[in-house]
Amino acid sequence: MNEVCFKNLNEKEPWSLATYEANGGYSVWKRVIKGEFTPEEIIDELKVSGLRGRGGAGFPTGLKWSFMPRNDDGQKYVVCNSDEGEPGTCKDRDILRFNPHSVIEGMAIGGYVMNASVGYNYIRGEFMEPFYRFEGALKEAYKAGLLGENIFDSAVSFDLHTHLGAGAYICGEETALIESIEGKKGQPRFKPPFPANVGLFGKPTTVNNTESFASVPEILSKGGKWFADLGVENSGGCKLFSVSGHVNNPSNFEVPMGTPFKDLLKMAGGIRKGKKLKAVIPGGSSTPVLTAEEAMSMNMDYDSIEKAGSMLGAGSVIIMDDSTCMVEALTRLAHFYYDESCGQCTPCREGTGWLYRVLKRILDGNGKIDDLDLLQQVGSNIMGNTICALGDAAAMPVESFLRNFYSEFEYYIKNGKSMVKDNV
Amino acid sequence: MISKKAKKQIDSWTEKYPANQKSSAVMEALKIVQLENGNCLNPELIQEVADYLDMPGIAAQEVATFYENYNHKPMAKNIIRICHNISCMLNGSDNLVSHLESCLGVKTGEVTPDGLICVKKVECLGACVGAPMMQIDDQYFENLTAKKVDEIVKSLRKEGK
Repeated sequence: MNEVCFKNLNEKEPWSLATYEANGGYSVWKRVIKGEFTPEEIIDELKVSGLRGRGGAGFPTGLKWSFMPRNDDGQKYVVCNSDEGEPGTCKDRDILRFNPHSVIEGMAIGGYVMNASVGYNYIRGEFMEPFYRFEGALKEAYKAGLLGENIFDSAVSFDLHTHLGAGAYICGEETALIESIEGKKGQPRFKPPFPANVGLFGKPTTVNNTESFASVPEILSKGGKWFADLGVENSGGCKLFSVSGHVNNPSNFEVPMGTPFKDLLKMAGGIRKGKKLKAVIPGGSSTPVLTAEEAMSMNMDYDSIEKAGSMLGAGSVIIMDDSTCMVEALTRLAHFYYDESCGQCTPCREGTGWLYRVLKRILDGNGKIDDLDLLQQVGSNIMGNTICALGDAAAMPVESFLRNFYSEFEYYIKNGKSMVKDNV
Repeated sequence: MISKKAKKQIDSWTEKYPANQKSSAVMEALKIVQLENGNCLNPELIQEVADYLDMPGIAAQEVATFYENYNHKPMAKNIIRICHNISCMLNGSDNLVSHLESCLGVKTGEVTPDGLICVKKVECLGACVGAPMMQIDDQYFENLTAKKVDEIVKSLRKEGK
């Protein structure tokens, strides 16, 4: 436990440069500056490590870095996505608060590999404590000569800045995030062209999640194989899991990939007050909900969770006990996507509204039995028909809640009230 | 009017971007002038920000209306932003919203008669393991109970700020 991003968590002032360096921090960056690693070697090591994008999509980081046209002339950018906002997800906040230097070092290494001399860390506007922490770390790093022009008199230069959001979940989508740094509405772009060709300010850009960047220094320090061996096949390393909801000890846990879900649940103190586990959303609000039975037999890695019927996403595990009304829970999620749809694509802009209004009508006791078909229909009309993944993210919970807890929705419509609250 | 002080603050953001990309600082610039104007924007201020950053007024207006954290009507001095999304809901945030409404005597979205406090229900603030939670200014308050909320409201009133 706590071997990579949370390595220094129990130290005094884990966020300080002194603590970070005392635990081997910036040693990889210093070796990079001395020319001990070629960019190709770093990419190969990341490929060996099996590190996959920690923001939710799970795309191999080494492969992503290899897409950048590093030998082309002109400015290139690395961007860190700290726009954490998917319900259930709160791990990047803790990385920024407790280990900001690992993000700086990871971004600097990324800048070197992709030949990008400027980086931006996009932090959501509400994260002011993490923002000040990160800014403090930046100041320390500049003062120590670890960032800037011709670092330690080498040919390597890297400047790093923060950019603050202003309250829009959609900016977690990488092209919306790029638009937002350009000072525009956060509306996703069509792909292709991909950001590696046309990104920030029209220049080649790579966007990675905070946890992905923070994992890089430790991987290069101890070797890709070391990291890969922490996890299981196809899911290298360890990962932060945010366990929230009906547990005794909700918290962020950094555990090896492949850890059984039931062990993670135990770490989080188990279910409260003699209640029973009812449902689990394993990867953040957009990932399909699982029944207790499905969840209890899965392990926390990409393949196992997919086999169970859901996705690892950002590792945001939302636990619901048997007092949870699934109609109410789904309505809350539907409201989120309705509120956060950027309005660009019609299926999502209109569809998320339909989903929310139909669910609200059921919740208010005015539902009709046909509404359940209507919900499924609206969901499938959104799926795959939008520029970005927000549409799918809105539709997937609806499909899975109805599939796994259909009778509860039916009961609510027939009786105008919750099956759960009725039984209490 | 954008004050000299605000302009200086805005300049510290434009420095981060390429010289022909001053408009990248618009999100922060709008926040800075909003704070100076009693937590509220208006069309004139938005145009001034646009002029200052060499961008069309409509582009600044788009930003000011797209993102959640800008206000277009007079707001309370303190905005309590309470999360009502899934993890907070599972941990009783609805009860806390009702509790706040009854002890302040206003509904969510309304401002108390003394202009001091307004409660807004907001979407996930990314602190789910500390649910239920809320935000006032830059600060997060986590693992809330009705008692803790009472204390926070009391201290807001005491400071009268």
